[in-house]
Amino acid sequence: MRITCPLCGTRDRREFYYYGDAVYADRPDAGAVPEAWNDYLHLRDNPAGETRDLWYHEMGCSSWIEVTRNTVTHAILGTRLVSERNSRRDKFVYQEGDLREIKPQATKPEPKGTEE
Amino acid sequence: MRYSGFKVIAEGLGGNKGWKPAWRDPDPKPEYDIIIIGGGGHGLSTAYYLAKNHGLTNIAVLEKGYLGGGNVGRNTTIVRANYFLPGNQEFYSHSLKLWEGLESELNYNVMHSQRGLINLFHSDGQRDAFARRGNAMINQGDDAELLDREGVRRLLPYLDFEQTRFPIYGGLLHRRGGSARHDAVAWGYARGADRRGVDLIQNCEVTGIDIQDGRVTGVQTTRGAIRAKKVGIIVAGRSGQVAAMAGMRLPVESHILQAFVTEGLKPVIDHVVSFGMGHFYISQSDKGGLVFGGDLDFYASYAARGNLPMVEHVMEAGMTLMPMIGKAKVLRSWGGIMDMTPDGSPIIDRTHIDGLFIDCGWNYGGFKAVPASGWCMAHLMATGESHEVARRFRLDRFVTGHLLDEEGTGSQHNLH
Repeated sequence: MRITCPLCGTRDRREFYYYGDAVYADRPDAGAVPEAWNDYLHLRDNPAGETRDLWYHEMGCSSWIEVTRNTVTHAILGTRLVSERNSRRDKFVYQEGDLREIKPQATKPEPKGTEE
Repeated sequence: MRYSGFKVIAEGLGGNKGWKPAWRDPDPKPEYDIIIIGGGGHGLSTAYYLAKNHGLTNIAVLEKGYLGGGNVGRNTTIVRANYFLPGNQEFYSHSLKLWEGLESELNYNVMHSQRGLINLFHSDGQRDAFARRGNAMINQGDDAELLDREGVRRLLPYLDFEQTRFPIYGGLLHRRGGSARHDAVAWGYARGADRRGVDLIQNCEVTGIDIQDGRVTGVQTTRGAIRAKKVGIIVAGRSGQVAAMAGMRLPVESHILQAFVTEGLKPVIDHVVSFGMGHFYISQSDKGGLVFGGDLDFYASYAARGNLPMVEHVMEAGMTLMPMIGKAKVLRSWGGIMDMTPDGSPIIDRTHIDGLFIDCGWNYGGFKAVPASGWCMAHLMATGESHEVARRFRLDRFVTGHLLDEEGTGSQHNLH
């Protein structure tokens, strides 16, 4: 599996640390009710198919990246910096044009959607 | 048909023409008292104990593929009761006791082998932690022995005792731990349930759960609608999707765990050995293959196969611990879909919908729990009350804060 870092380009999965569902980027306010914290920390949509999760480019540029990928095929569908998410409340509802298109940097083009 | 050694010999002399199918292949009836979604180890044992302990037999087990085709047929077959936390301890202790009587209970050879399990430790701090765990196991009524380095060397002379990164300080020996034949457990429970009148319905995928006025009334399936008074969801890695049919969102994230087996070798590894620091554990099957595995691939996945970095990591850990296995050829590797919870402990509970129950969140420790999980889920579905050894496996513990974080790694699904 190779992941396209928005800053560094396509890199081996081993350079990245997986944190979890992108819900982790939407931390509730400190005074939120326990149910909100339960929602944030524990409950997951856990889709078989397209999902968004957070990866940290630990052995690269140290950026936090929101990766859209398919949990059944392991295809990477898109990436963007967590700092470029629309807002804390956009709740990862996919919208057209939501993802920044990442052009492969290498001269060898990467086949899209076939990575494992 | 009752199985026995005599029967095997008689059939062998007669050309093995007298064997009959071990269970029926019925069509679904329009209505049952209880429907179990999922014909894996936990679903089949639940159906068995509903019939055996509670006298309920108007039950269907619905399986989307074939019986035992999921995680119960894809695991590394470790059976143990070496848990530390109250809540887990009594449950796994109960499960191990059920294992010890399982073959005569089911009249089925599940090849349960209590060959002993050794958890290695590599520092003073880890020794203290294992001593404490061992004491907790003894207090629970199970067995544990703390071995020093020489004690480990006597049992496992083939380990690399010279390695400096993780020097072997000793190990915690759990003599009643061991392994079993995974498929046979599923088949044994299937046969036992079928003989008591439970309908085991394969190739029947549940596509919807019918709910009226907050009460479950049945399920929609690829073989038509089936009414039921009670429904149990016991689908491991697919829990999220099936629960979503009832409008539920679970504290579960599905992850891949890989496992590996080598070509058959002569007996060389007599125990189950776990090397936690390297994320590696190994045993040898009765067929001779070395069966081993490591940690999760770490990212959410339903692919039922893993990626190469973890393959490499597991092989490296194995070579670090026991270089003698280096020339064994790996025959195959595979992945199972693990229903990981944020505290690493399971859920056996009712839901907010009347008549709908759920048994899930077994992380990667579900195999040893098959007997007790079925026992407790059956108790819950039949009586409406949690069984006393499973009363802490509540669905709402994540809101109330009564977590069972055995490894103390915090609320991150993939760290347990």
